Amino acid sequence: MKQLLTFVKKEFHHILRDKRSMLVLIGLPIVQLLIFGFAITNEVRNTNIAVLDNSKDETTQIIITKIESSQYFDIDRTISTSDQIEKAFKTGKIKVAVIFQQNFQEELAHFNKAQLQIIADATDPNQATTLTNYISSIVVDYQNQVNQQNKLPYTINTETRMLYNPQLKGAYTSVPGVMGMILLLISAMMTSIAIVKEKELGTMEILLVSPMKPRLVVVSKVIPYFIISLINVATILILSVFVLGLPIQGSLLLLIGSTVIYIFCALSLGLLISTITDTQQAAMLISLLGLMLPVVMLSGYAFPIANMPVILQVLSTIVPAKWYIIIVKGVMIKGIDITQIWKELLILVIMTVIFLSISIKRFKIRL
Amino acid sequence: MRTLKFLLRKEFLQIFRNKLILRMIFALPVIQLILLPYAATYEMKNITLSVVDHDHSEYSRKLINKFTSSGYFILTDYSATYNQALDQVENDKADLIVEIPKGFEPDLSRQNETIIFLAANAISGQTAGLAVAYANTIIKDFNNDVRTEWIPQSQLNTIPVIEITNSNWFNPLMNYKDFIVPGVLALLVTLVGFILSSLNIVKEKEIGTIEQINVSPIKKYQFILSKLIPFWILGLVVMTIGFVISFIVYGIYPEGSFWVIYLFAGIYLIALLGFGLLTSIYADTQQQAMFIAYFFMLVFILLGGLFSPTENMPDWARYLTYINPVSYLIEVMRMLVLKGSSFWDLRFHFLVIIGFTIVFNGLAIFNYKKTV
Repeated sequence: MKQLLTFVKKEFHHILRDKRSMLVLIGLPIVQLLIFGFAITNEVRNTNIAVLDNSKDETTQIIITKIESSQYFDIDRTISTSDQIEKAFKTGKIKVAVIFQQNFQEELAHFNKAQLQIIADATDPNQATTLTNYISSIVVDYQNQVNQQNKLPYTINTETRMLYNPQLKGAYTSVPGVMGMILLLISAMMTSIAIVKEKELGTMEILLVSPMKPRLVVVSKVIPYFIISLINVATILILSVFVLGLPIQGSLLLLIGSTVIYIFCALSLGLLISTITDTQQAAMLISLLGLMLPVVMLSGYAFPIANMPVILQVLSTIVPAKWYIIIVKGVMIKGIDITQIWKELLILVIMTVIFLSISIKRFKIRL
Repeated sequence: MRTLKFLLRKEFLQIFRNKLILRMIFALPVIQLILLPYAATYEMKNITLSVVDHDHSEYSRKLINKFTSSGYFILTDYSATYNQALDQVENDKADLIVEIPKGFEPDLSRQNETIIFLAANAISGQTAGLAVAYANTIIKDFNNDVRTEWIPQSQLNTIPVIEITNSNWFNPLMNYKDFIVPGVLALLVTLVGFILSSLNIVKEKEIGTIEQINVSPIKKYQFILSKLIPFWILGLVVMTIGFVISFIVYGIYPEGSFWVIYLFAGIYLIALLGFGLLTSIYADTQQQAMFIAYFFMLVFILLGGLFSPTENMPDWARYLTYINPVSYLIEVMRMLVLKGSSFWDLRFHFLVIIGFTIVFNGLAIFNYKKTV
């Protein structure tokens, strides 16, 4: 036991003396959370648009003022011909152009019909859909105001409830995602690199001939990263509750318990990587390509899994982060208890056992 | 010149002897370009739907049919109560609840007005927003169907209506892959260039071979150039592979001229590699370089507008995107591939990226000291 402690201390010295890596390890989750929490939003703001008013009458003026005062859009006044509109789209100056037909007000008064065209830059199809909807609803609102006396009959209204996240905060998806990603990064990538580094530099040989049992050597390498992971979990949770305003609806104990299982899973994955690689660069690349990319893409954190082709949906089931993210979302945001997530927990445990047994089998006492 | 030639030969030999890097150069574009666009789709096709129909009338059934035949929604179940439907959402079986109240049809025909309740799982705001938007469009369509059925045409024409038509330029079919592929290409070139260059000099430091270069008559700029040129070529090769794959797999062929694309990417790569080398000079170990690189990559990519529009960001984040080289490449790629913008349209982007090139490489040469 005393030997183990000495070895753990040695590992800690390695980690703590590399100030820059430490800074990244502790700072990365914070920066990521702040970016996700505050910078990345799906709210429309400050979007540059052009208005081509071929009619220049009272009605068009009112509609333009309404669009402008909505705070979603900034109207670029320098654009006044259709040629300029095309140019502005190509230089990326505007995202939407609104075009009023000639004699807009007159047509509306005499023929009960007037045309307004919305052209969107559909390079980003979703943004185009959203922006078009925003502008249409401003116009429809105006129309309903004017038409209050003769409202259209047979109206179906809708009332919408946004469950769990009424303000549509980005943090609700990103916190579980960031947790899944950071823990994997630290536990799997760092552990594998730390072990492989000793191999590459030749110091592993020295450790293996020491009186410590070879398996304990590995355990002592894993413990510091386990502790750093826990520190990160604490930072992430504190930040997300107190700064980002996320709830922890379910039991905190369950959340931490499942997080510990996930960390074990990631650590055993790290061990596995270290048994199949010999150089730091190889370990980094495998962690980066084999772990980070699937975690970002296939864990359901950035992109909904349901929309993916079947092959990718099947592939996603072997990504541990997918199950962990389901658990975190469930416990933190939906407030469900263990009866509804025991399956996911069991899958994580099984994965951990598989990774561990393969790495124990492949672990060589001699190099 | 001769010195540079020898140095270049050394670098190329090292690259080609490292099977891992070679494999990565080919594997990365293939994996990313084939997987990412399929995975990174916000094209909503399979929104799962739980319907609570308290009305059981002809029209409530018509409305549900309208949902299921739209192609966006998959009806997973009819729930008897709202709470039962909520359970479906809780267990991730349904994304959206549509509740049709009792008396939906009679209210509509007699009282002229009725209400439908929608509830979306909004843990992912983006998905929920789109699901609700689609649902609203369908209900509005249904509403119009009902009106044309029940109201005589002559009466309809007495109400003034602003007809809104909309068109989607540059991507009329609203193909999400056309949007994401050029962005992924930009990401790819960035990842390969940045990872390789940031790990390079520091490896020589860690192994100790940098000492040999330090005591040789090689000039600082020659050393930096010898590190830049191979990765610059590799970066362009990766981009070319990327264009070939995106043409074969997705049928995407740039609207704009290849000359402009390669000119911009060429300048961009010099800037990026300069930044990578700067990281490499600054770091003490490969592990450290890797972490610093990872950190910057993540911030650059997240704030680069690859998935979420930079316009929506708050001011401080938008100012950060102005000094983020990756966001310029992503934007330029999309403009060239989808909009066919010309060199003159992009003059501002070119100026900025040239500025980055000078600053990063100047710093790299300045900070590289021939001492340890």
